[in-house]
Amino acid sequence: MSNDKVGAVLVVGGGISGMQSSLDLADAGFKVYLIDKLPSIGGVMSQLDKTFPTNDCAMCIMAPKLVGTGRHHNIEVISNTEIESIEGEAGNFNVNLVRRPRRINEEKCTGCGVCGAKCPVEAIDEYNWGLTRRGATFIRYPQSVPLKFMIDKEKCIGCGICQEECKAEAVEYDQEEQKFDLNVGSIVLSPGYSMFDPSLKTEYGYGRYKNVVSSMEFERFLSATGPFAGTVMRPSDGDIPEKVAFLQCVGSRDSQAGSEYCSSVCCMFAMKEAIIAQEHSEGLKSHIFFMDLRAFGKEFDDYYTRAQEEHKIKFTRCRVAEVREVPETNNLIIKYVEDGEVKEEEFNMVVLSTGFRPPENVKEFAETLGIDLNKYDFCSTGVFSPLETSREGVYVSGVFNGPKDIPDTVAQASGAAAKASSIISSERGKMITPKEYPPERDVLGEDPRIGVFICHCGINIGGVVNVPDVVEYAKTLPNVEHAEHNLYTCSEDTQKGIKEKIVEHNLNRVIVASCTPRTHEPLFRSTTKEGGLNPYLFEMANIRDQCSWVHMHDADNATKKAKDLVRMAVAKSRLLEPLYKLELNVFQSGLVIGGGLSGMTAALEMAKQGFEVHLVEREKELGGNLRNIYHVLSEKGEDPQKMLKEIIEKVKNDDKIKLHLETTVKSIEGFMGSFTTELSDDTKIEHGVVIVATGGQEYKPTEYLYREDSRVLTQMDLEGKLAKDEIKPNSVVMIQCVGSRIEERPYCSRICCADAIKNALKIKEKNPDAQIIVLYKDIRSYGFREDYYREAADKGVRFIRYDDENKPEVTKEGDDLVVSINDPILGEHIKIKPEYVVLSAATLPQPDNEELAKMLKIPLSKDKFFLEAHMKLRPVDFATEGVFLCGLAHSPKFIDESISQACGAVSRACTILSDEIMELEPTISEIIDENCDGCAYCIDPCPFNALTLIEYMRNGNVKKTVERNEAACKGCGVCMATCPKRGVMVKGFTLDQISAMIGAALEVV
Amino acid sequence: MAETEFEPKIVGFLCNWCSYAGADLAGVSRFQYPPNIRIIRVMCSGRIDPYIVLEAFTQGVDGVFIGGCHPGDCHYLEGNYQAERKIKMTRQLVKKAGLEPERLRMEWVAASEGERFAILMREFPKQIQELGPSPLSGEKPDEKLMANINAAKLAALDFRLRAIVSKERKIVEQGNVYNETKSQEEWDEFMEDAIEAEFERKRLLGLITEKPMSVKELASEIDLPTDRILDHVVFLRKRNQLALDSIEGFTPKYISIVPEVKA
Repeated sequence: MSNDKVGAVLVVGGGISGMQSSLDLADAGFKVYLIDKLPSIGGVMSQLDKTFPTNDCAMCIMAPKLVGTGRHHNIEVISNTEIESIEGEAGNFNVNLVRRPRRINEEKCTGCGVCGAKCPVEAIDEYNWGLTRRGATFIRYPQSVPLKFMIDKEKCIGCGICQEECKAEAVEYDQEEQKFDLNVGSIVLSPGYSMFDPSLKTEYGYGRYKNVVSSMEFERFLSATGPFAGTVMRPSDGDIPEKVAFLQCVGSRDSQAGSEYCSSVCCMFAMKEAIIAQEHSEGLKSHIFFMDLRAFGKEFDDYYTRAQEEHKIKFTRCRVAEVREVPETNNLIIKYVEDGEVKEEEFNMVVLSTGFRPPENVKEFAETLGIDLNKYDFCSTGVFSPLETSREGVYVSGVFNGPKDIPDTVAQASGAAAKASSIISSERGKMITPKEYPPERDVLGEDPRIGVFICHCGINIGGVVNVPDVVEYAKTLPNVEHAEHNLYTCSEDTQKGIKEKIVEHNLNRVIVASCTPRTHEPLFRSTTKEGGLNPYLFEMANIRDQCSWVHMHDADNATKKAKDLVRMAVAKSRLLEPLYKLELNVFQSGLVIGGGLSGMTAALEMAKQGFEVHLVEREKELGGNLRNIYHVLSEKGEDPQKMLKEIIEKVKNDDKIKLHLETTVKSIEGFMGSFTTELSDDTKIEHGVVIVATGGQEYKPTEYLYREDSRVLTQMDLEGKLAKDEIKPNSVVMIQCVGSRIEERPYCSRICCADAIKNALKIKEKNPDAQIIVLYKDIRSYGFREDYYREAADKGVRFIRYDDENKPEVTKEGDDLVVSINDPILGEHIKIKPEYVVLSAATLPQPDNEELAKMLKIPLSKDKFFLEAHMKLRPVDFATEGVFLCGLAHSPKFIDESISQACGAVSRACTILSDEIMELEPTISEIIDENCDGCAYCIDPCPFNALTLIEYMRNGNVKKTVERNEAACKGCGVCMATCPKRGVMVKGFTLDQISAMIGAALEVV
Repeated sequence: MAETEFEPKIVGFLCNWCSYAGADLAGVSRFQYPPNIRIIRVMCSGRIDPYIVLEAFTQGVDGVFIGGCHPGDCHYLEGNYQAERKIKMTRQLVKKAGLEPERLRMEWVAASEGERFAILMREFPKQIQELGPSPLSGEKPDEKLMANINAAKLAALDFRLRAIVSKERKIVEQGNVYNETKSQEEWDEFMEDAIEAEFERKRLLGLITEKPMSVKELASEIDLPTDRILDHVVFLRKRNQLALDSIEGFTPKYISIVPEVKA
């Protein structure tokens, strides 16, 4: 049976989700085919300027993943491609695909861009949402992967200019649609989403009024690479707006628009845009009109607070009735109702926070794949199966199964990768064919013999820089044995030529002067290696992106600069040394700390991947918080207790899982690949990775008479009593945000709104006449949970808002419980005497997180949850390599989210566990013991805790020195810039090499 | 072509992930700027050694540009914060040495900020043009300034300033060994004193590597009060870096006993 399985995965959609899935799978030893219907990958994230809540530059944090995906030897990126049909079953699918013609030969195109620049057609630029224009020959965005141009046949007039201009002879007008098939073991779907068309909400005037724009368009306004280069301007006249209004829930939470669900990210998105707009344009004032402010993610409420207090952004709680234009000024008047009063306000510009819709043509897509959709046409998944589509072997990630933000998407993408690989784990490594290289020539002791290859890049370099002149100059430089110029140095035939020249001239250094090493260094290193040299004996000079392209009108000086850059590269290359990848032994097993749902899921998934795993739980029983959950909000009506039993059974019966109950972790030593852990029962275990799944706990309130009156319950108490039929309430008041969103605990506990709704519906189910009032600050029933909010309201559950100035009070009058509250709509003080008061208590971090954090050298957030490596793109990783995170230990979250994250953590862990030996880049720091005097100044500045002070005996004396952990070091070089003794250096960027470059830069020619 | 306007020579250190990518984007977008800069790629701005910056000045560059990721964007989590503090220190040393600190510029440039990079590349050379050629460039570099910059270089290389700057973030932001933090102002003052003292000491040692000098001679050469010089002499003697060479009449003369540090 396993013989039929295929060790390859098809990933559909190359946004951040598809890229993450692909990278995880490829790093874990599987072949990946990543298809995208667009000509380049990158998805929507490539169009973002900044990302919340850190306001990171989206391109800066995403580009490494883009480039990494594009050049990973196990990933084949297939653009312009869609699925036609699928046959077969989980483990062995045959997928028929169709590829639209690019009309430019991908093998030949170097991405130089001359064709696009000369194209006489001006077409709408979709990447900038139609706000700028591009040629019919185009790339989607400057950092596109693959960096290959495409001819848009719809727009092309067929003038033939691009073919005349293209020196690489890559233009092929006669390319046709191409059908092909792929054999894969599993499929990950991450086709993304489309945006709601705001012109359908005619009352807001989008499409009629120029200064009404969508939030995605506004994002391009904010971007340095957008139409206005980052300065916010009005589309009507280019003026910088003084007052900008953001209207929330456009096409979300709206039954008229057919999308009753909440799009989950728009509140944060709008706040981010409002803040960034103010930062980009001084004097600009942002004003957000919203219904509920849904800042439910990790540290999102802090962001909300900063938006109000630091950035003075105005927030108004209302639904805007209408937007109308003042024809003379193109300003816009917003009409809204606040506190029962109709108000109007004038703005220079209006941004509509448009909601998420399923991807275009989703019904056909689902039919082709044979998967079910939910009632909103998103991919249907279950609470306990958030990654599985209805078809076995086909998994889902990203917005396709529900609106979500980037970190949740990235965690889910990793999770889907784990699922997709676990069913073919027996085939790990089988579809991967490592490249064969000739044996490396030993160049030790030889004088440098340098070959310099200078690229014309068609006319990109040659049109400005006098390339033959630079070649002649290069020949005069010391140690240069050979110099030549090439039309395209990266072309297949030049690559072959370089290899021949290495042999012919007995070269031991190779320099290519062309474009940027950020994209091309790996290619030329590989060529150098194919020529029988160590790949690190290669150096690059960037004479295109940083010379010919930026000094186009100054040919003489550009040529001079190109000579300088070549001379600098020659100077450095003389000092290059062969470097060898480091090898790290890996214990191919894991440790999972915490036996709740997340920990058990992680353990099971890791076992399915074929690795032994130790599951440590401090209590007698497995299950954690799930033991107290009896029902969930779901169309599918899953029974949590039944699921729990099944999961525990599976854990107990899996012989790859070593269960340690009533046990805690005493100490953990070691690093990625080889940890040694001692447990409280003195067991010692060796393992390659750690997954932290220690969970959280419900706050036990000290307020609202909780400990004093047995009729005051928490939601968890209530859920248990309802499930066991201990009570059948006639009247209940629920109070939200008890212990959350308060001064000492400013974060939102995320799950309590939906929990309150869930329990309210449960009460209504048992007793339809029950009176239920929910006192809340914002109802944060994000995503499809919004349906249940509406259902509860429809069934008569009353929702009354309170704010921090008017918190509810719970007192006793005789034997009665009394809740007093100001009703903001009626504007009066009301008193309720309910049978029960139910408190939606906060989710707290475990009190002993600090202890574990110290043991693992991992940080905690200010709210004392564990802090991941990067809030946006590394949600389940720690900065300390080999340690991963999931579940409530990360922050409060729902069951499906915990499962996604747990699977995600396993996927990340598998990138380490997949091989007995892990290869590490050699360009990291190295301690030079004879120079190191053990001053240890380098230790604090090291961002990765990779350095430790040690002592050893030398010639009868204690010698202090620093030890570098090769598994942790990333080669940034901060240590080297700190060391006073030249006791540490980073290979490939040594002091001598950099000094030599400076010296060469200043030599007079 | 006749000698026209002075064209500054600028060396740029750009971090691989953001600034170098921003410079590439300037190219991809064809944003034009004058060809004054010679870019050296490093993986992280945190790798830029203060010493290497000063070294560039001694070699005669007219300006040094350093580009790093915006705060929060660093590929190495916080290398750019380290860089910021190191460069701040370097700038103080440059100033102490008597070279215009404006010749050293540090900017955050994101991978998406191609245009900004080009604007900076137009602006910075102009700024340097206004300052004129570096007194350390050309055939006859200013000797005194060269001695000063060399002293600054040695101060940057020596353990004390490196130790202090390596601890700055921890002490100002997280807390020292007593779990106390120092305010930035407090720290800056402390730093300023240290930089001044170390610079003066290196300058002093530089003068007495070959021939011994007296406190008064040193004071007139370095342009410092004699008591301050004496203070340094006493200190350096204790540190075993200078020794009494001879006494001429009533005037003791000192000589450096530090092995010459080579770049």
